[in-house]
Amino acid sequence: MSPWRERLRQLSRYPSAIAGMGMIAVLVAIAIYAVVAIPYGQALELWRGGEPWRLNPVNAGPVWVDRLFGGDMPRTIVVDSDEAEVEEERFDGGRMVRIPLEFDYESTGFPSGINLFVRSAFEESEPFVRMTWHRPDGEEIQLGGRAMSRQDRVSFSQDWTLERRLGEVAHVALFAVPDEQFERAQPGEYGLTLDAILFEEDAEIAAELVVYGRVHGIAGTDHQRRDLMVALLWGTPVALSFGLLAAVGTTITTLIIAAAGVWYGRWVDAVIQRLTEVNMILPLLPILVMVGTLYSTSIWLMLGVVIALGIFSAGIKMYRAMLLPMREAPYIEAARAYGAGNARIILRYMIPRILPVLIPTFVTLIPTFVFLEASLALLGLGDPVLPTWGKVLNDAQAQSALYHGFYYWVIAPAVLLMFTGLGFAMLGFALDRIFNPRLRAV
Amino acid sequence: MSESAFRPASAGTSGPLLSVRDLHTWFELRQWGFLRLGHVRAVDGVTFDLKRGESVAFVGESGCGKSSLARTLLGLHRPTSGEVVSEGRSLGTLSGSELKAYRAGVGYVQQDPYGALPPFMNVRRILAEPMIVHGIRSREEREARARQVLEEVRLSPADEILPKFPHMLSGGQQQRVVIARALLLEPSLLIADEPVSMLDASVRVEILNLLHSIQAKRNLTLAFITHDLSTVRHYANRIFVMYAGRIIEQAEVNDLLEHPQHPYTQALLAAIADPDADNAKHQRDVPAGEPPSLLNPPPACRFHPRCPHFMAGLCDEEDPPDFEPRRRHWSACWLHR
Ligand SMILES: Nc1ncnc2c1ncn2[C@@H]1O[C@H](COP(=O)(O)OP(=O)(O)OP(=O)(O)O)[C@@H](O)[C@H]1O
Ligand SMILES: [Mg+2]
Repeated sequence: MSPWRERLRQLSRYPSAIAGMGMIAVLVAIAIYAVVAIPYGQALELWRGGEPWRLNPVNAGPVWVDRLFGGDMPRTIVVDSDEAEVEEERFDGGRMVRIPLEFDYESTGFPSGINLFVRSAFEESEPFVRMTWHRPDGEEIQLGGRAMSRQDRVSFSQDWTLERRLGEVAHVALFAVPDEQFERAQPGEYGLTLDAILFEEDAEIAAELVVYGRVHGIAGTDHQRRDLMVALLWGTPVALSFGLLAAVGTTITTLIIAAAGVWYGRWVDAVIQRLTEVNMILPLLPILVMVGTLYSTSIWLMLGVVIALGIFSAGIKMYRAMLLPMREAPYIEAARAYGAGNARIILRYMIPRILPVLIPTFVTLIPTFVFLEASLALLGLGDPVLPTWGKVLNDAQAQSALYHGFYYWVIAPAVLLMFTGLGFAMLGFALDRIFNPRLRAV
Repeated sequence: MSESAFRPASAGTSGPLLSVRDLHTWFELRQWGFLRLGHVRAVDGVTFDLKRGESVAFVGESGCGKSSLARTLLGLHRPTSGEVVSEGRSLGTLSGSELKAYRAGVGYVQQDPYGALPPFMNVRRILAEPMIVHGIRSREEREARARQVLEEVRLSPADEILPKFPHMLSGGQQQRVVIARALLLEPSLLIADEPVSMLDASVRVEILNLLHSIQAKRNLTLAFITHDLSTVRHYANRIFVMYAGRIIEQAEVNDLLEHPQHPYTQALLAAIADPDADNAKHQRDVPAGEPPSLLNPPPACRFHPRCPHFMAGLCDEEDPPDFEPRRRHWSACWLHR
């Protein structure tokens, strides 16, 4: 049996290795799902925020967390005029349209906001809309009237005059049980009736009433109404590929350079050694912060800098110490004697010898780069367009998520980061024991 | 195989297979990478010819430069001066691809079989490597040739040996793999540097017999380095005795063993003849006195500080030339003057 297959077989005897591989498999599955379900361009588009998210509440927690703790926080309700029973009445030079937007409200918690989106088509004269709120107990509240542009939005929750009139912000006042000092919401049949006057024969009007809930989806939303799921899902492939590419990039270049230094010796070795020593005292994070601040925070640039600075990393010293005795190995002399060239000797005879030491180091190196990327993002130097775990944390910190009690905003990305670290670490430690048997007794 | 079929012995050429002319291989000794402390004169003026199909032995005490000479012949060390001439061309003037082709024509068997085989490759891979390096692309051809050389070194069954890693083989089997690898490219010269000294006494004779029979069957030139003067008679046609980087005596094997001319050779043989030495052959195969420093060798005859026939004013002042005291028997000693 080849030593590699033998080692694989040994791996199955370490429960931590199995668990680690399972965790990595989960991450890989999430990454693949993310890339397939939300194509790259779409993910960037979504993460830019704005229009795609207008139907989402702000800072809503995950639904399942609320339900787990026995809550009945409302979800978002959207009522579209297409489904309403619209009444029309013609008059000379125009129409009167009555749109009853009705919905069932089931929670005793207040919603987090009310918006009305109005779209209209006309030549010159804007339609005029009067809005009336219907409560379950039959009472009507006049919400005033106004002219509507082609794409208009009425934010009841930000209407200060309305708030002063009702005594509390609209989404609370309009749902509260009467005479209970706005303590809880009243479930039941609500409605918003729009009485629109269209001043042109073929003008059209449509409307969407959005009653924003307080819980949303599996991951909740952030301050820009973005579904955090997008960032948590897409953060996985970004984290894994950044970690993997950085680990591969630094390990391979370091290894080849160390081997070349050992093999060619003399001034090549001396130059590599001096560069390594200089590089070892250069601090990585401040340099990355400098590059990010002065130049660009693109994740690919950061990857490039990490690899470039990693080439002459301290690993060279370690590999050199392992390779140096090999330089004089008789089998390398034999290889030269049958005509093997320098490249072949470095790649086929020197490097395979230290691969066993390298593989566990490599596996444990991956999460350190994942953390590095997250740290950069947390320092505000995350990629400007990519959704990543670090950027979620950065947003949460900037919005004082913990102070406001939005724990989900911090916990989800942090758990994913820890999950990644743990998975690779458990596999790496098991590999270390298998490939470096001297550790086994310890 | 490479297009420029420049090899030590392509058919139809007469004359020696390899001519070595006044060869010097010195190693620079440095401190901190730049301070030159001097030179180790590992090979210091060696001249000889290797004929086609002959078997020659190099003997001499430890550190006299035998391995350095072998490595220079293999093109592993660049000669400091002098020439190794093969096919009318000097090794130092060969281009990269010509040197590669030359190397295909010289097989190398090392002392320590375990170290000579990369531990992370199985036998199949080990034997494939030289063929890959020399451009044999076809997997079937490589497999066929590997099986053929394994049979030639009497390692069978090949199906069992090929997938094994070096540590799964015994020392003798490992050395057979090393020999098989050296034969793969069909060399005309085989250089064996103490091929059996690291092996168990029980397999030494087997390996030596194997080398001898391969040499006879393939009609290749065998140059081997040995400490063991007692077996040399059976395996070599000629002997070169080395001392401090030089060849001080050379002759047909029987002539040299029965009529040693140089005082050093005489001391060497006396040590073996001494029955007490059987237990401690390695300590006693050296004449009394310190082996010379190669960094600062004694002037003129290198052996004079230890020589019982030392002649002041001659031995320590002038290099002795190669005298021919017996027919085809050369010795570099002023006694033959
Ligand atoms: N690459 C090298 N660099 C510097 N000195 C070397 C090198 N190779 C050999 N030497 C020196 O050259 C001298 C001759 O060494 P060599 O290995 O040729 O001796 P040898 O006759 O093969 O000895 P042994 O019988 O012990 O194998 C030694 O003093 C050795 O230290
Ligand atoms: Mg030697």
